[in-house]
Amino acid sequence: MDFTTPSGQNPIDRLKIVGRPVTRIDGPLKVTGTAPYAYERHDVIPNQAYGYVVGATIAKGRIVRIDTGAAKAASGVIGVITTLEYKPAAPPQRQTANLFGGAEVAHYHQAVALVVAKTFEEARAAAHLVKVDYQAAPGKYDLAGEASGAKPSADPNEGQDAEIFDRVGDFDAAFAAAPVKLDETYTTPCETHAMMEPHASIAAWNGDKLTVWTSSQMINWAKAGLAKTLGIPAENVRVQSPFIGGGFGGKLYLRADALLAALGAKAVGQPVKVTLQRPLIINNGTHRSATIQRIRLGAAPDGRLTTIGHVSVSGNLPGGMPEPAVGQTKLLYAAPNREIYLKLAALDLGEANDMRAPGEAPGLMALEMAMDEMAEKLGIDPVEFRILNDTQTDPRDPQRRFSERHLVECLRTGADRFGWSRRNGTPGAIRDGKWIVGMGMAAGLRLNLLMPSAARIRLDRDGRLTVETDMTDIGTGAYTILAQTAAEMMGVPVEAVTVILGDSASPVSAGSGGQWGANTSTSGLYAACLKLRGAVSARLGLNAEDAEFADGKVRSGNRSIPLAEAAKDGPLTGEDGIRFGDLDKRYVQASFAAQFAEVGVDSFTGEVRVRRMLAVVDAGRVLNPVTARSQVIGAMTMGVGAALMEALAIDMRHGCFVNHDLGGYEVPVHADIPHQDVIFLDHPDAISSPMKAKGIGEIGLCGVAAAVANAVYNATGVRVRDYPITLEKHLAKLPRIA
Amino acid sequence: MNTPDWELSRREFVVGAAASSVIVATPFLGPAHAAGGTPPHAAVPMMKVTMEVNGSPRSVTLDPRTSLLDTLREHLRLTGTKKGCDHGHCGACTVLVNGTRINACLSLAVMHEGDKVTTVEGIGTPDALHPMQAAFIKHDGFQCGYCTPGQICSAVAVLKEIEKGVPSHVTEDLAAPMRLSNPELRERMSGNICRCGAYSNIAAAITEVAGA
Repeated sequence: MDFTTPSGQNPIDRLKIVGRPVTRIDGPLKVTGTAPYAYERHDVIPNQAYGYVVGATIAKGRIVRIDTGAAKAASGVIGVITTLEYKPAAPPQRQTANLFGGAEVAHYHQAVALVVAKTFEEARAAAHLVKVDYQAAPGKYDLAGEASGAKPSADPNEGQDAEIFDRVGDFDAAFAAAPVKLDETYTTPCETHAMMEPHASIAAWNGDKLTVWTSSQMINWAKAGLAKTLGIPAENVRVQSPFIGGGFGGKLYLRADALLAALGAKAVGQPVKVTLQRPLIINNGTHRSATIQRIRLGAAPDGRLTTIGHVSVSGNLPGGMPEPAVGQTKLLYAAPNREIYLKLAALDLGEANDMRAPGEAPGLMALEMAMDEMAEKLGIDPVEFRILNDTQTDPRDPQRRFSERHLVECLRTGADRFGWSRRNGTPGAIRDGKWIVGMGMAAGLRLNLLMPSAARIRLDRDGRLTVETDMTDIGTGAYTILAQTAAEMMGVPVEAVTVILGDSASPVSAGSGGQWGANTSTSGLYAACLKLRGAVSARLGLNAEDAEFADGKVRSGNRSIPLAEAAKDGPLTGEDGIRFGDLDKRYVQASFAAQFAEVGVDSFTGEVRVRRMLAVVDAGRVLNPVTARSQVIGAMTMGVGAALMEALAIDMRHGCFVNHDLGGYEVPVHADIPHQDVIFLDHPDAISSPMKAKGIGEIGLCGVAAAVANAVYNATGVRVRDYPITLEKHLAKLPRIA
Repeated sequence: MNTPDWELSRREFVVGAAASSVIVATPFLGPAHAAGGTPPHAAVPMMKVTMEVNGSPRSVTLDPRTSLLDTLREHLRLTGTKKGCDHGHCGACTVLVNGTRINACLSLAVMHEGDKVTTVEGIGTPDALHPMQAAFIKHDGFQCGYCTPGQICSAVAVLKEIEKGVPSHVTEDLAAPMRLSNPELRERMSGNICRCGAYSNIAAAITEVAGA
């Protein structure tokens, strides 16, 4: 179906099942270890050999020679393939780095060989016998050093032809004349997804047909990527990924495990399974680029912003995209004079690409700290300052309204529920034993992106429904909300619905990325359900227009027939998808959040402990408050990481991320995370989709790090503009211990 | 791993720690090829190990380099135990050995002759959930599910540690009866990373089971 006008009343609005706190239908499998992840598929094909990846130990240069003699002679080894034996693989769409093939090394730990052996232990041992001779070349690894030469660059989210510069009014003159102004630079580090399941794939060939069991957020992208890199028709590739151990953007794209498993399986003539060993993932895979962001705010004494300037510099491999860290700044606050754009520097680190809330996450770390600073300069409460500068239209185009925007309600509700009125605006004023205590807040915005998504639903003789779509559940709850959608539309309990995901043989979905998955994949299923309702009505001789599907029955006029009756002569199938028109051009569609945090800072050591957190989220209709809440608390947790600990340390000599494992790259653990509260506002968005939902997976991260950072400042009076706020950055300036 | 639970004395711990530092100080020998020459194409000598896994005796003949984790996942095909890092950093591979939780990736299978190993599959099944598993579902103590078996094994073990009075880094009064305060729970569970960030829900699940 084409979705071109705002949705009217529809069967989802009954909210008998959608919107209810249904626990995960895949929960019993996950808590018992019976949900099968990619590397565990002993069941799918016999005779799997083990592949072990060898990564380059230089960041830039050429491979002169690879000696595989010792490896090939080692115990259990079936075969060794090296990058020198293949042409460089053409990068799939939206990707930059060459995954395998050729002599050029473009980044550290680029895959250069795969050793295939009978056992994992043999493959691993033999991998250490592969000897690679390099001719290293100098590379560029320091964003700060390259920033002056960075080139203005279009926002990749706005398309290749988008305007590079977002200029409104006369920024320079207005900023010069602003009575109150701020001009500060903020930095965010490179970050890594660190999902718990490493990239992993099993590949098997049957003639020229390839099947890959992998861990991918985007089945269709994996399929297209394999076809392109292998140079085979897409219809010859089958990809399956029913369970994914986290992704956060790291598994949006084809990675070396899948390609090498396919090449290895071809070379040795038997199925091969490959996982990227954890210490390889961070340099081999993608990461979120560091940013250097200059923000200039000008305001009248009453607190109204007159100017907003935001320029963000990030780095990537030549040909790569910038981290779009200024997107939210174009839409979050009103101001008549604006200058906002991105710059991109070429670096020789691994590929920078999407990580959860790409752009907004680091962009809001800077913008919302700047807003906190500006509020203090103006002597206005930070919540009130944001409310004062709210906008209900696109600042670039006052005719273009937001579909639904309830940021002010988020802010007021949050302030009330968090006890914001107890915050002392004077930093360093609140003591609790050895702790100095502070509160901080920030606002968040993340676009509601719309992607086409298709599904198929079948009604069987026994009255059961089966949903098939290549949608993935990366922990988001897709299995559950799709079952709820089907159950609501067809008038059956959730237990009557089976959901089959992550198979490229199914209709192509939006996949899991950009927080579009829940809204668009359920909308695609909604369309398929409308088709099935039509088929059921026709089979039963009912009028589809007024047929009501409820309680396992179909009612029309004075007739009421069990749903299963429609399939008694054979299954009925509905297949369709949702295709979005231009409603996202006519309206700005976005989710909003107000984030609040309270921290304690150890007055002796500077250690920061988060004490309380609250998010108030406006994301349209919440399809399932259980899974939606989990996405938000998970994102809040990731935001604590960004604020206080997460940073990839770059070795400027060797051009690699030094802390390339889960020991060196610190993410929040249980001890770091207090109880978290989430409040969802109830504002269904009929302009977004027939589900009236919006994106939720990323808005939960938006603003969190800044809220924590602002709380640290409120505690200490020391403003650290260089994330993460580790204790050595403020220790020497902490208030004197009384 | 036949040591009875929690009998490691402070003295033994100090000795062990000193031994570790010696290992750290030993020069790294580098990869085998640095020594030159091609190793003989000899088959790896295999070793047999017998363990009791989830109540059943299991014998496997293994490359002695095989970790307990890979033995479970690749040889016994008990894939509930997860490999997140293979380095003892993440806790996804947590299993119970003779009732004590360990990271199965940091332990070779041949060290476990005669040991009783419990994996998540031995804790409960989809049709017969352990109360901890049911509480994780009820409180949505997971998202992607990959750290979940390790979290559940750890959580079950934590409650036993509290019962036995085993202290932790944050225990304030070693003489007082042990109880599962929120800081105790969070400290003890901190070896199990959840990147989806379900910590707050996991804490709620464990607290509910502890109070039952």
